[in-house]
Amino acid sequence: MTSSRVLKNRAFEAAMLFAMVVAFGTLAVLLVDTLVTGWPQLDAQLFSDSPSTQPEEAGARPAILATLYLGLIVLALSVPIGVLTAIYLEEYADRKRWWNRLIEVNIQNLAAVPSIVYGILGLAFIVRGVGIGRVVLAGGLILTLVVLPTVVVASREAIRAVPDSIRQGAFALGATKWQVVWRQVLPAAIPGMATGSILALSRAVGETAPLIMVGAIVYVAFDPTLLGPYTALPVQIYNWTKQPDPTFQTLAAAGAIVLLAIVLSMNAVAIFLRNRYRKQW
Amino acid sequence: MESPQIDSARIAQVSRGLERAEIERREKVFTVTDLAVSYGGNPALEDVTLDVHRNTVTAFIGPSGCGKSTFIRCFNRMNDLIPGAKVEGTVLYHGADLYGRDVDPVDVRRRIGMVFQKPNPFPKSIYDNVAFGPRVLSLKGSLDERVEKALRDAALWDEVKDRMKDGALGLSGGQQQRLCIARALAVEPDVILMDEPASALDPISTTRIEDLMHELKRDYSIVIVTHNMQQAARVADMTAFFSVVVAEDGSARRGVLVEYDTTAKIFTTPSDKRTEDYVTGRFG
Repeated sequence: MTSSRVLKNRAFEAAMLFAMVVAFGTLAVLLVDTLVTGWPQLDAQLFSDSPSTQPEEAGARPAILATLYLGLIVLALSVPIGVLTAIYLEEYADRKRWWNRLIEVNIQNLAAVPSIVYGILGLAFIVRGVGIGRVVLAGGLILTLVVLPTVVVASREAIRAVPDSIRQGAFALGATKWQVVWRQVLPAAIPGMATGSILALSRAVGETAPLIMVGAIVYVAFDPTLLGPYTALPVQIYNWTKQPDPTFQTLAAAGAIVLLAIVLSMNAVAIFLRNRYRKQW
Repeated sequence: MESPQIDSARIAQVSRGLERAEIERREKVFTVTDLAVSYGGNPALEDVTLDVHRNTVTAFIGPSGCGKSTFIRCFNRMNDLIPGAKVEGTVLYHGADLYGRDVDPVDVRRRIGMVFQKPNPFPKSIYDNVAFGPRVLSLKGSLDERVEKALRDAALWDEVKDRMKDGALGLSGGQQQRLCIARALAVEPDVILMDEPASALDPISTTRIEDLMHELKRDYSIVIVTHNMQQAARVADMTAFFSVVVAEDGSARRGVLVEYDTTAKIFTTPSDKRTEDYVTGRFG
């Protein structure tokens, strides 16, 4: 005789298993399908040639390079700004002041703003307002804005996880606030901040919508420069999928494999960092 | 709960030769007058007047919420770090106002070290823990020698000399607390404040910390908060008993200083009934 509570137990286990299979199954089908479709075009030509109207001659070199440039710009801008903002909010800001509370609420809200909105903003203020045009730097600035709130939130979490007893111990030895933050809080928070920043970066690298707004153009036949026109890998993939010739579909899948490889290797770095500097208290 | 008996044999041993007059002849390290502390307008401690003397161990005892930890944090201005904390009255340190307008709390804390209730080593190597203070203060001289001396003075050197590069969090709780003491000693303070330093430790580690206090008072002045009365009886020359006063309507509780005298007097012939009730275990 199986009692009803044992049945409930089994039913719940089955439900959880089903949920997991749906999640992982979808991911696996997508990955395998992309790999199988794109494999024939995943060759040296993809990395060495520029896009072309002839699918046999088309590659994604400018798009891959531009995506790497964009990633570097985002990293170089969002990490220092994000980390300093997080330090200010966690260690220096007086929560009783209304402007500090306003900043806090706004950062939470900004993290939820759709990226296309940042694209429109970038088009108006950076591309046209500042007038730098539809260039790699403009795209990098927009993507920085997109991920900055995420970097701030992740860095704040990491700083908050440093126990207060560490700060007190350092203060009690006559350290100044700056020394406490720089020599104790930051080193202890680095793993968390690095993990959060890399995950934000991998999101930036996959963004398409804001880049289309700020003019990542489709056909670029030369290597991008900081202040030159560009396309990005997700935009290139999107464009290839719209072409009628089925060879372009294969190219799109091959491009998706490259993008996936970039994003997954970033996540691997994040996991490595997290394990390397595991929480020590 | 602790046993109510007082270990009078050890009191006699500890306090032998330390008459009140003799202690009071020693230089005053702190002179506290009419001290009151409040947090966000709620009084935590009121009306404290006492002197702390050089090369003595001064213990603060009393029930939970009596303000003894609040009080000890006034001596190195750690209360400044708590938003809403307000300290009134005067605390003189070698005659100078500790809360004077031109006094930087950072300078106060380099002279007045502190050991906390829960061992709080930094998540760094043993060496870097002890070297942290000398480094941030840019102290002159050999760092290696300074670290070794501090660890020797804290009776930890022999246990860690072969693994100075190992993480401090791999040490046992008692070792971690002695490391925190070494860390405080490395900046050559004048006073060491200890806020229930042994409350998280096993009896053997506790004994080692207490033995250490006897050694350290030759060179330093020590102030200790403890809720362990036997510990106060064993280590302290002078003992201050704090108690809680509850407002008539029961809403506010604040700490007051009830009695301050030699440890032998507090534990054998206290003058206040509340002290007697507490040290004999009838209350608290």
